Amino acid sequence: MNDNETTAPGESGALVSATPGGVVAQSQADAVDRFENPGLPPHVHRLADDDESAAKRAERQVATMFGLSMLGALVFLVAYFVVPDESTFYFPGIGIASTQNVVLGVSLGISILMIGLGAVHWAKTLMPDTEVVEERHLQASSPEDRAKAVASVSKGGEAAQLPRRPLIKYTLGGALGLFALPLGLQVAGSLGPTDVEELKTTIWDPSYNDGKPIRLMRDPEMTPIKLEDVTNGSVFHVMPETLQKFIDEGKHVLEAKAKAAVILIRLDPELIKVQKARDWGVDGTVAYSKICTHVGCAVGLYEQQTHHLLCPCHQSTFDLTEDCTVIFGPAKRPLPQLKIQVDDAGYLVAPQGFDQPVGPSFWERLR
Amino acid sequence: MTTINESRPAQGLRADDRRDEQVHESTKPLGGIAGWVDDRVGAAKGVSFLLKKVFPDHWSFMLGEIAMYSMIVCLLTGAFLTFWFVPSQTLVPYDGSYIPLQGVMVSDAYRSTLDISFDIRGGLLIRQIHHWGALIFIVAVFAHMARVFFTGAFRKPREINWVFGTILSMLACIEGFAGYSLPDDLLSGTGIRAMNGFVQSIPVVGSYVSYFIFGGAFPGEAIVPRLYSVHILLIPAILIGLFTAHILLVFVHKHTQYPGPGRTNTNVVGYPLMPVYIAKAGGFFFMVFGVITLISALFTINPIWAYGPYDPSPVTAGSQPDWYMGFADGALRLLPGWFEFVSWGDFTWSMNIFPGSILLLPIMWGVIGAYPFVESWVTGDKREHHLLDRPRNAPTRTAIGVAGITMYCVLFFAAGNDLIAIKLHLSINDITMALRTLFFIGPPIAFWITKRICLSLQRADREKVLHGRETGTIWRYPDGRFEEIHAPLTPNERWPLVQHEVPEPLQIIAEKDENGVDSPIARKERLRAKLSHFYFVDRVAPVTPAELEAAHHAHDEPHAALPAGEHEALESTGAGAERESIKADKRLD
Ligand code: HEM
Ligand code: FES
Repeated sequence: MNDNETTAPGESGALVSATPGGVVAQSQADAVDRFENPGLPPHVHRLADDDESAAKRAERQVATMFGLSMLGALVFLVAYFVVPDESTFYFPGIGIASTQNVVLGVSLGISILMIGLGAVHWAKTLMPDTEVVEERHLQASSPEDRAKAVASVSKGGEAAQLPRRPLIKYTLGGALGLFALPLGLQVAGSLGPTDVEELKTTIWDPSYNDGKPIRLMRDPEMTPIKLEDVTNGSVFHVMPETLQKFIDEGKHVLEAKAKAAVILIRLDPELIKVQKARDWGVDGTVAYSKICTHVGCAVGLYEQQTHHLLCPCHQSTFDLTEDCTVIFGPAKRPLPQLKIQVDDAGYLVAPQGFDQPVGPSFWERLR
Repeated sequence: MTTINESRPAQGLRADDRRDEQVHESTKPLGGIAGWVDDRVGAAKGVSFLLKKVFPDHWSFMLGEIAMYSMIVCLLTGAFLTFWFVPSQTLVPYDGSYIPLQGVMVSDAYRSTLDISFDIRGGLLIRQIHHWGALIFIVAVFAHMARVFFTGAFRKPREINWVFGTILSMLACIEGFAGYSLPDDLLSGTGIRAMNGFVQSIPVVGSYVSYFIFGGAFPGEAIVPRLYSVHILLIPAILIGLFTAHILLVFVHKHTQYPGPGRTNTNVVGYPLMPVYIAKAGGFFFMVFGVITLISALFTINPIWAYGPYDPSPVTAGSQPDWYMGFADGALRLLPGWFEFVSWGDFTWSMNIFPGSILLLPIMWGVIGAYPFVESWVTGDKREHHLLDRPRNAPTRTAIGVAGITMYCVLFFAAGNDLIAIKLHLSINDITMALRTLFFIGPPIAFWITKRICLSLQRADREKVLHGRETGTIWRYPDGRFEEIHAPLTPNERWPLVQHEVPEPLQIIAEKDENGVDSPIARKERLRAKLSHFYFVDRVAPVTPAELEAAHHAHDEPHAALPAGEHEALESTGAGAERESIKADKRLD
């Protein structure tokens, strides 16, 4: 209970410290020869303590600061009404600033700051600067007080007949142990639906288009893309045609986009080293999921020279010529490719959706 | 409670101290409203006790105050923001006065934050005070934590307060993250998306946890309202509760103080709450508030209008979280992708994400929270400590702290590996490899260097005590020799340099029980003795009066000193041996 002493010496396996383990004591002091605490240093008077004119000066300084504070507050009150909302000005070293924000902020800041500076200056110059000594006592209560506390608790328990009625003791324990579970279940159980299988599908799946291939649309214009629009080296941010329905209904647009975002790039077909990647594209035009396989940022920085796709969040780098395998960074898996074709009207379409879940990994991803 | 004990020279008053003004009892009767209240609550006794409480002064004690005051600033301005902020992700067309976004479909949360910034007079100011206040709050919390750590203020009886502080610092970060995510702009939305990825990486339950947090598929329309309750209700309630307990414990324990003349482990020397401390601390609140306001008047923070509303498909180049989450982001950048694997049963283990994003936080805060208990077990020190350590006098602890900070900094800089690469024209691969290496070798190196520095500083203290302070005056002797004149220290100057204890490693005194069998305690205790050795092997004892005497003696014989700084730290376990080596350290007899 009372751990003010170190382990008693002599106990089996006990440790001793060479330093005497006294209680709140300056140990060693008696063990070896040491310097004595010289006691509080002499008190040095301040100018204002002895010189009334210095004190008067300090008083005026404090009052000036409080006065400036009042002025700041008044400026704020006026500026709130007179400074127009839209006005801006050039603040040297900072740039274009909103006049209102600067004027209101500076006046409020001064009105607050000056109270602080005044009070501290007052404390430092005029309030007593003699230090006061307060004694400390051991934090623990005295043994008597501890004994009394134990006694009142056990007396209370006895008065309630707790020791004599084990049935009550155990059922109370059980009830207290269980009552939180319903509350916990309610909140945890009702926070969200559990249809996590959704994570594996996107609206590129032809089932969202009555089984027909889905057109690639420009994001955000939602216009279809012709193969010849995609010139060599150009990059298109793409959404499926099926997104339009979500936009029209105004529901779950972002949820759909969050998995469906695709990037479309054309490069020299000779550069694509993987046969499948070439087959799933058209003439070197290939489409890949834009959702990083690391934690899901939009991978949209394309380096034309190296044919690398770069994720801005943690710099995972995907090599377009290698079917978007990871060549650097914390992501592990390649970006999934979206198979594309050209339909009768000459527009790019995706006939089959993704062959795997897009985006970050999750436990049951492959199940 | 303010007792002036004249019998103890170290604590007595000086002749010219204005004692009567300090402990002066009011002679006016309590009347008016105060009297009315006291008739009903009887608080006068408690109030006078409180007002006489003594607080020691030191600049480093203000770090905690800055944290407290900036938190209050956040509470105040946060309450203002709730009047206009609409925590909803319903899409609405923006029709406010920020022209570039007019007509764009945005969430109500984003729209209302734009309104606060452009259409509510002074709203931008309040918003910026809130955000700057939050940043300063978190910086101050960590600086305060470092102060407490390096001075050993967490030792008995203050371990509970250390644990409270640990929880407070964690909550502060979560509170900041939740608040930062509320405006639903592109940058914070990207942060939430990453958070979704983190959560999905949790083995077994990740997808479910993600669906629970977002109320369905990411992003859904539930996350902003939910973060809102977390941000304005749940965490503030816990923050305020814990913070109150934190402050109460400071009152109960009385503040620690730095060693100095007249300051002992059984007293506290400082200014009484009324009037000096109230004026200083109260004034300081206004200073912190005022400075935050001035910063917010002049420097834009989080210009969400420039980022645009959240949309999962646009790219946010150079996306970075608010600074306090940087270390976790950095950990993610350093973890190599091949840590992810698929196990038997086709289960995916995202070990390239889970350790850095989810596991790191409880581990980091768990280690921090446990430290006082580990240290007191290892050192066997169960005494109360109210005098702070100068960091150099606890070399191992200081070195552990710096090693931890180093590890943190490596992660923090890793979060900017792209920026470093661009700024310094280096390859990002090289930087990442270098940081990965540094993560492992940086902390031990920092540990070693810090410990050496501490020991050298302690030796420099010894030098100063033995040979006095350098005066800058050079004497030329008739024989052409130059020497700098050293002025001896006064007892008051000397005391802080010689007052500390130098503990020694714990030793096992009985390895076996009576029957000669290894006792089970002994095994645990052997570990303890090893750790204790690690803590205390290298030590430099303070100068003793006898040594000083001898040094003065030696000074009279000219030119006895050897070049300083060749002495190695003492490796000894017995008290006798230590005294021996210290004689050698003095290198004069
Ligand atoms: C004590 C620590 C707190 C921290 C660290 C903190 C942090 C933040 C941050 C970083 C933001 C983003 C602001 C922006 O740039 O847009 C924010 C927003 C917000 N906070 Fe806090 N906050 C705290 C307390 C509170 C409290 C107590 C309330 C309410 C009682 C509150 C209400 C709000 C509201 C309504 C917003 C959204 C408004 C906006 O974004 O403009 N905060 N908070
Ligand atoms: S989300 Fe793309 S690298 Fe992390």
